[in-house]
Amino acid sequence: MSPTATHCPYCALQCGMLVGPGTTVAPREDIPANGGDGGALCQKGWTAGELLDIPDRLTVPLMRARRDAPLEPVSWDAALDRIAAGIRRIQEAHGREAVAVFGGGGLTNEKAYQLGKFARVALRTPNIDYNGRFCMSSAAAAQNRAFGLDRGLPVPITDIAAADTILLAGGNVAETMPPFVRHLTAQRERGGRLIVVDPRETATARRADLHLQVTPGTDLALANGLLHLAITEGFIDKAYLDERTAGFEDVRTVINGYWPERVERITGVPVPAMRTAVRMLGEAANALILTARGAEQHATGTDTVTAFINLALALGLPGRPGSGFGCLTGQGNGQGGREHGQKADQLPGYRRIDDPAAREHVARVWGIDPGDLPGPGLSATELLNALGTPGGPRALLLFGSNPVVSAPDAGRVQARLDALDLLVVSDFVPSETAVRADVVLPAAQWAEETGTITNLEGRVLLRRAARPRPPGVRTDLEILAALAERLAAPGRFGAEPAEVFDELRAASAGGLADYSGITYERIVAETGVFWPCPGEDHPGTPRVFLDRFATPDGRARLVPVDHRGPAEDVCADYPVYLTTGRVLAHYQSGAQTRRVRALVDAAPEPYVEIHPDLAGRLGIEEGDDVRVTSRRGGAVAMARFSTAIRRDTVFMPFHWAGPARANLLTNPALDPTSRMPEFKVCAVRLEKK
Amino acid sequence: MNGQIVVVGNGMAGSRLVSELRARDRNLRITVFGAETAQPYNRVLLSNVLAGVTAPGDIGLTDPAWYAANGVDARLGREIVAIDRVRKTVTCADGTVTPYGTLVLATGSAPVVPPLPGLDAEGVVAFRTLDDCRAIIRMADGAESAVVVGGGLLGLEAARGLAGRGLRVTVVHLGGHLMERQLDAEAGGVLRRTIAGLGVRTLVGARLTGAPTAGGRVTGVELDDGVVLPADLVVLACGIRPETGLARAAGLTVDRGVVVDDRLRSVDDPDVHAIGECAQHQGTVYGLVAPAWEQARILADLLTGGDARYEGSRQVTRLKAAGIELAAMGETGLGDDEAEVIRFADPARGTYKKVVIRDDRLIGAILLGETTTAGTLTQLYDRAAPVPSDRLALLFQGLDPATPADTPVRMPDAATVCVCNNVSKGRIRACWEAGARDVADVAAETRATTGCGGCRDTVEGILEWLGTQEVTFPTRSGRR
Repeated sequence: MSPTATHCPYCALQCGMLVGPGTTVAPREDIPANGGDGGALCQKGWTAGELLDIPDRLTVPLMRARRDAPLEPVSWDAALDRIAAGIRRIQEAHGREAVAVFGGGGLTNEKAYQLGKFARVALRTPNIDYNGRFCMSSAAAAQNRAFGLDRGLPVPITDIAAADTILLAGGNVAETMPPFVRHLTAQRERGGRLIVVDPRETATARRADLHLQVTPGTDLALANGLLHLAITEGFIDKAYLDERTAGFEDVRTVINGYWPERVERITGVPVPAMRTAVRMLGEAANALILTARGAEQHATGTDTVTAFINLALALGLPGRPGSGFGCLTGQGNGQGGREHGQKADQLPGYRRIDDPAAREHVARVWGIDPGDLPGPGLSATELLNALGTPGGPRALLLFGSNPVVSAPDAGRVQARLDALDLLVVSDFVPSETAVRADVVLPAAQWAEETGTITNLEGRVLLRRAARPRPPGVRTDLEILAALAERLAAPGRFGAEPAEVFDELRAASAGGLADYSGITYERIVAETGVFWPCPGEDHPGTPRVFLDRFATPDGRARLVPVDHRGPAEDVCADYPVYLTTGRVLAHYQSGAQTRRVRALVDAAPEPYVEIHPDLAGRLGIEEGDDVRVTSRRGGAVAMARFSTAIRRDTVFMPFHWAGPARANLLTNPALDPTSRMPEFKVCAVRLEKK
Repeated sequence: MNGQIVVVGNGMAGSRLVSELRARDRNLRITVFGAETAQPYNRVLLSNVLAGVTAPGDIGLTDPAWYAANGVDARLGREIVAIDRVRKTVTCADGTVTPYGTLVLATGSAPVVPPLPGLDAEGVVAFRTLDDCRAIIRMADGAESAVVVGGGLLGLEAARGLAGRGLRVTVVHLGGHLMERQLDAEAGGVLRRTIAGLGVRTLVGARLTGAPTAGGRVTGVELDDGVVLPADLVVLACGIRPETGLARAAGLTVDRGVVVDDRLRSVDDPDVHAIGECAQHQGTVYGLVAPAWEQARILADLLTGGDARYEGSRQVTRLKAAGIELAAMGETGLGDDEAEVIRFADPARGTYKKVVIRDDRLIGAILLGETTTAGTLTQLYDRAAPVPSDRLALLFQGLDPATPADTPVRMPDAATVCVCNNVSKGRIRACWEAGARDVADVAAETRATTGCGGCRDTVEGILEWLGTQEVTFPTRSGRR
């Protein structure tokens, strides 16, 4: 059997790969993200085939008779009947909103779309959100506010190599999406320069021309400080600001309070380094300013991204070929997953659920009365925290997510899940969340089903089934169709990806993220299609904003934003900052990668990265078990020494369950706009265990 | 909260308080009086204006339209002349009377003008406000020489700005060395050389006796040793004096400033507060912006129901003058017998660094000429955090012992060569022993170089080295 051309199951780079024969994986050369010169994959990609044969694969529905009874195999009919009956009973007793849905940024566009439709049409609940709230929401909110449109990268990934200067705030691509680094290497070989903002001297920071080692939680002040210097050093593009933007004068007034020496005191970044950064950006013909989770996962994440957008706009970058502002999307379908309706406030095509015209359009496609569509529901963290509380949801249907490991203040989230009357989890492995469910549905995985993914560029790609799924396993689309039927939902719930995609195209038509001109055939023929693509004769939009921004008057908005600092600063009881993140060999909650032997060999166990100076003062030696305690809880992991981290900060990867679960510690303080939790900084104390 | 909050003074402290209050509570009734008609501006940036880097109109801190948009009653260009603490009102120069529930004095300070003959003549300006700054710029245009009286922070910034405008500038300083409140004598000497290199002459230990004038215009300054320094422009930067007249007349306790407690309240009247340069807390009157903003933040918390306390501020001084990098904080004058002192001096290149440590905490520092560790030092000082065991890191950045570039020879077999695919040198050696001879062979076998591609040179190097080894030490396999 010849190999199937598809894409990687992991991050938003969505490297092209060939799967087969068997579980063999090889890089594709035709996909720009990782193609050319033999193609590239990281170890996660190379070993992705192992996921298809993992020993504890779920292949039969599991159900427990009572909360305290064990999970036992049952038939699909028994499982689906139980779910449908549970939903009916709970909704009759407690109202429609008592059933909630939680999705994921790894689901295909078809599934994300169908999940949103299922919640609104079959369950008629407003309460649906997804783990992308933990990932992309701050960048999305800030881009929408500034540009009227949220596409991660405004340009194709191949433009990276052509940028004279790139500033990357809070991104560690060398570990999180290694093949992306090839584009940075090409950029360097052309003479381009890279600035990295990060509290840690990461593998990415080490290859930068300039590393701004910022104090955790102060990225916003740094961005404002850079803008202050850009103004005083004369790098502002006045003509651009006049023609294409609004709001600069208001921003300037705020920026006057961010003189370099004040910003140095807040951020710890030396003034000369800030000056160098501004000159590198200001003197570049083409420059890109990019943010990632390090800048975004804060209670001030939206404003932090806004501060970097203000800088980009003042320098005249967005909407110019080869320049701009972008964010590096994290999860596999982090882009598409935020466009088609699994967000609490959203309908397909990046429409707002409180917009009457949007409701009417989507209701027509769905064959229902717009008045029957629920309004906005609770955002992810609020939704999880409301589970099983008086007035909160009593049932949760969860797809493609593992919040027991990945949500902030995970101990509380676990308690909330346990307080539900009914927890249903669809997954292909017994994840830490699945094992707590009342009903577990064995789902198809990445290479067993077809569907589209929108990568970090905004390029819509086709993942194709490379081999049949194991007997007993169903796809999420089939599961939703079966449940919709049992719930006597109006309209049609197709189980075939191509049919659902056609419906998605119609639902997105006329929206910001317009997919109506995209077909599976075009994706294959054109190596992906960039949205917006409003017609089959439309070429797609590789570069957005060239003529105008997607705001009503076509101008981008600069918005004044102020530094507020971390929601929880260090103090006498909790004197050290904790920041969390990823390692190369693992992905998100680790539910997949912790089951791949080569990845476990590469990164077998969790750890606390600590500066030897800080460790020395606490009597901690390398390899010791360290107890890390925050106001939320405690975790224990091994000390790993590094001089690449600030002396006032420790780092923990968040991929592991058990006593080293980093999210037992993290702060669920939320950004007021995006509802993003503050994963990237909280206050802790450490002691040798 | 009974009644409205009235803020007297719309400078850096007063305007900051107003915006902090509004950010916390949309419904508070707030009235602010400002003696200047201009929108509040950032005084820190006046040196940029004087240097010609920033236009005078571009240093505003609150947009005039902000007040109306945010429901703040702003009375700009209205000076308060009296406080009636019994009736709880303030009286404006135009006669209007405004009641208050809470009164905040943020009246700032005025420049000290020595009582010497000639200092009221045309051509003499105290450097304090934006209007002063405009006047200096206007007079500098066409002037050839200037004398700046006072070699403190503000005087040196003014001198540097004027030198940048092409004037011959002399700084006349009473103290034994420049910036003697922030620097030790050695640093003062290095600073003097640095600023001389930028065209500014300095006279230290020089006492002014007056300013000769001609036709009402200043022609220079006269020193107590009889020397006359001719000048077209004389800028006074002789320090500041808190504006406490209103408070004094209202019967509030005033020492050098209005005496306040840890809630920033007058010790006499719980409804009257004072912040910024007019306030005195635990014997200290602060003349820098950071403490004023810290006080504004804490008072805003207190007035909106918070329970904050002001515990004094740590002061960090930064000189803003092109071509001079300087940061100073804390007790910089201590010697080796009083604390742990680390010094580096290279006066010929204008560099002087000193760090003062006690009980493993930073209590003072000077960085002159090169300030790349200023951010680190400032944060250690602000937080009273333990200093690194490697003291050199306090003086110099990037001295962390870098790992020497691993050569293929020295690298241990266990060392990871390809991070993306977790491939060790040992595995590459094993590939070579099994017959692999180029990067493609190794990639096919181990996937090294197929991720980010960054290890390609290293893999090539290892193969090349193994190739040279082959000649002297034939491999076990003996193939190829």
